[in-house]
Amino acid sequence: MSILDDVEALKRMELFAKVEPAKLKLMAFAAERTQFRRGEEMVHQGDPADAAYIILEGTADVVVDTPGGPLKVAEVRRDAFVGEIGILCDVPRTATVVATEDLTTLKITKDLFFRMVVDFPTISIEVMRVLAQRLEHANQLLAANKH
Amino acid sequence: MEHNLFRYIWRNSWRDQSIILVVVVIAQLFYFVSLDLPKQIVNRAIQGEAFKDGAATAALLKFTIGPYEWMGLPKLTLFPGFELERLPYLVALCFSFLFFVVVNGWLKQLVNTEKGRLGERMLRRMRYELYDRVLRFPISHFRKVKQAEVATMIKDEVEPLGGFIGDAYITPAFLGGQALTALYFIMMQSVWLGLISIVVLAVQLVVIPLLRKRILELGRQRQLTARQLAGRIAEGVDGTIEIHSNDTSNYERADIVNRLETIFLIRFELYQRKFFVKYLNNMLSQTTPFLFYLIGGYLALTGQFDVGSLIAVIGAYKDLPSPVKELIDWQQQSQDVQIKYEQVIEQFTPDGMLPDELQRMIDETPPAPEGGLSAQSIGYHEEGGARLLDNAAIEVGAHDHLAIVGFAGSGKETLGQVLARLTSPTSGTVRWGNADMAAMPEGTIGRHVSYVGDETYLFPLSIVENVIYGLKHRPIAPAQYEGRALMHYQRRIAEAKRTGNPLLDIHAQWIDFAAAGVDDESGLKRRIIDFLPVVELEDDIYQFGLRGRIDPDEEPAIAARFLEARAAIHRRLQEPDVNHLVEAFDPAHYNRNMTVAENLLFGTPRGAVFDVGSLRDNKVLAEVIEAEGLKPALIAMGAKIAETMVELFADLPPGHPFFEQFSFISADDLPLAQQLLNRVQRGGLDNAAPADQQRLIAITFPYIEARHRLGLIDAGLEGKLLGARRRFAETLPEEYRDYIEFYDPSRYNASATVQDNMLFGRLVYGQAQATQKIFRLVFDIVSELGLKSEVLAVGLEHGVGTGGRRLTAPQRQKVALVRALVRRPRILILNNALAPLEAAAQTRILKSVRREMKDRCLILIADNAALCSVVERVAVMRDGRVIEQGPLDRLARPGTALSDLGVGLQVAAS
Repeated sequence: MSILDDVEALKRMELFAKVEPAKLKLMAFAAERTQFRRGEEMVHQGDPADAAYIILEGTADVVVDTPGGPLKVAEVRRDAFVGEIGILCDVPRTATVVATEDLTTLKITKDLFFRMVVDFPTISIEVMRVLAQRLEHANQLLAANKH
Repeated sequence: MEHNLFRYIWRNSWRDQSIILVVVVIAQLFYFVSLDLPKQIVNRAIQGEAFKDGAATAALLKFTIGPYEWMGLPKLTLFPGFELERLPYLVALCFSFLFFVVVNGWLKQLVNTEKGRLGERMLRRMRYELYDRVLRFPISHFRKVKQAEVATMIKDEVEPLGGFIGDAYITPAFLGGQALTALYFIMMQSVWLGLISIVVLAVQLVVIPLLRKRILELGRQRQLTARQLAGRIAEGVDGTIEIHSNDTSNYERADIVNRLETIFLIRFELYQRKFFVKYLNNMLSQTTPFLFYLIGGYLALTGQFDVGSLIAVIGAYKDLPSPVKELIDWQQQSQDVQIKYEQVIEQFTPDGMLPDELQRMIDETPPAPEGGLSAQSIGYHEEGGARLLDNAAIEVGAHDHLAIVGFAGSGKETLGQVLARLTSPTSGTVRWGNADMAAMPEGTIGRHVSYVGDETYLFPLSIVENVIYGLKHRPIAPAQYEGRALMHYQRRIAEAKRTGNPLLDIHAQWIDFAAAGVDDESGLKRRIIDFLPVVELEDDIYQFGLRGRIDPDEEPAIAARFLEARAAIHRRLQEPDVNHLVEAFDPAHYNRNMTVAENLLFGTPRGAVFDVGSLRDNKVLAEVIEAEGLKPALIAMGAKIAETMVELFADLPPGHPFFEQFSFISADDLPLAQQLLNRVQRGGLDNAAPADQQRLIAITFPYIEARHRLGLIDAGLEGKLLGARRRFAETLPEEYRDYIEFYDPSRYNASATVQDNMLFGRLVYGQAQATQKIFRLVFDIVSELGLKSEVLAVGLEHGVGTGGRRLTAPQRQKVALVRALVRRPRILILNNALAPLEAAAQTRILKSVRREMKDRCLILIADNAALCSVVERVAVMRDGRVIEQGPLDRLARPGTALSDLGVGLQVAAS
């Protein structure tokens, strides 16, 4: 359960895969390991986004409020990055995430994330690359749907 | 106050002055004799005048009068004296000389002591009278005077007056007497020498005071500029925000430089002139002996004058210049202090001072007048200022709740002050029932009217003392003194009487419990606690209580109850939903959520000895680490941390916030850490210099395994650290025991906060919402055990800091509200008192205050006009007049002035 495990977890993230290990270590050191008990909410829909979480252990449900009541839209597990869109785009939480087992996460606050991006351009390039890929992927999906 | 200093002094101290004057006169007699004896010793004993007719003996102390031939009286021998031979005669004369010298010295000392006491008494009286006047200044005067200047005047400027007062009459009497005696003595020996002395003295007495005129003027300027400097410095302190935000620090520097320059010039000129006068003075007095030697010597040589007389004259003259010089000094000083005195008095006699009979202490609380307040044709304008009130009139019934609202600059705050008699209107009268408020003693107003302004000043005491402050009108029960304390008390009273101070004893019981409707202190505290929810202050005080401390020796019962809470909390923390949130202080286990240093010390440091910052050089701890064989492990751990830090932070620019947040090593020290690592790695950790080893060990002290997660503390190291913890506790030398209080699960820790005592453990890092959950949990248990009022009582002891700055502005206002409510006033005036609170809280608090003030009078002055929807009656002001007043439902209609303020029917309906 040492910081090296956290670095490994960060490395598995698509966003950080190409970042130098030394930077990831700093990030892991500055990040906070946060645990949630089963049934506790990691994020709540509509709340301001102050941090993103990397799930190190356990599973959680992603639930969206609908007129017909809460609707589970996805399940996240180990190595999932939760809430990164919220801190990148500065929008309120778009869904509620509830722990379905005891969860261990690495909490990366918005402040920490942006500091890393500003201080280490390699990270920001990676972020741009990953987001561009996602955009491209989304465009392709849209194009596919049109046909 | 008396404008002439001398009259002031004489009126207040003529008795003491007279006694000392008598002593001074007696001293002169002894002085004269001590002057005459040397002559007798030389002439009669040594030169043998007394034995010149071959007589074997001479009479000592023979005392004769006459013969007075014109009265036909023969020479009368009152005392035949003792017949002594020549040597015993000399010895006897010498011893009498010694005796008179001793008595003379003793009398001098007596006079000086008495003078000193007299001066101190007068100083005390004057300071008291000045402060008494400050207490009676009209409020508007405080806008003109600077507090630093008032304080300087009372503290510093009257000080030299005190020194002078003892000298005011006695010095001229004493020195003048001494000079005259000496002069008379010289005249008796030789008229010529006497005349020379008189001429020189006359020059000194006439010329020197003339030269000193300019010196006096400079002295006055010096005082004025120094006072202004004090005021200017206070301005700089008050205006510090403006200075920083406008970048005017250099302008301020220029101003101070300019003032210091002026002061320097004044003082330097003063010194130049002073020393010139001194020089002149010395010159004159030194040249006189020259004339004595010349003329006296000539007279002696020609046989017109004997040598003994010449020696005596020179001896007498030696004593002459210094009294004369001191007399001149005295004269200068007396002019100087008279100027000072007048200047101070001038500052302390503003117009519109409250007559002292209005502040006279009233023993029984006078009944409040029946009826409401009625203000008629009230006008008020400040000296040279705008007209703030212009023919304002207002009526408030004894049971009314009235809101006064108005347009900007309408003068409503001034009206609020006038209704509380804090400001005296320039025209018009305020009546309470049938009584004119202008003539009402503060004993009536200050006990039946509570006033809260928009910025309450809190005294730097605890919250509860600030609340109780409103109940300290008079000593309710005298303090009980016994034995020695009683003697001291009586002496204090006697001294106070002598100095015109009132006989008020600060140690008496001043709290008027009856006014608050309670019997004793604990009742009062309960009552204050009851008021906390009314002003929404309870949560804040609860927080203060959790962070507060108590002394278990003084309050064993409460400490025991908090220990009960500790046990209950720990039982609750066993339950599965919360068992992961707190790691308790367990002497037998390493606490992974505490730092290494905290684990070693395992107690709350008191003072700086075991403070984290100074642990590196702590010998006691170093010895324990050495003895426990922990050194190599900690050194290795320190090196590991240093390495990691260098690796992680090397690329960050200095000043990066991460350094402060996460690093064990500051940005400046990072290169040093690198060098340290290089050094120790070259030679091996074991061979490192002791200082380097110490540094590495110190790096480990703030390390928290659960938070920093470097995986440095395994079970083996934990065991060793626990061993060191035990050894530290067991071997701690006696002289260090007071600097730390160990964690003991069965004892209340006086150095730790109430919360830490109840929780007795550390929050576990990285548990979501742990702080909130634990706060809730503690709150529940505290409520369950009925301990909330105990925690609140601790919270009430929270110190508010200078000017209440340890509280927020809303908290200060809420404390002021509790103070206003706790004495159950007949009239409560809230003069924009709720302004620092947010709008919703203003409405809520006003509603609950209204419930407390049911059937009594509440006057609310508010910028926030919407607040008037909470009360039934409203008055609207504009340009210093009340333009509308009446029930809310009548005024809250379109077309009224109230509606112009944005208050409409829909608000009224809510």
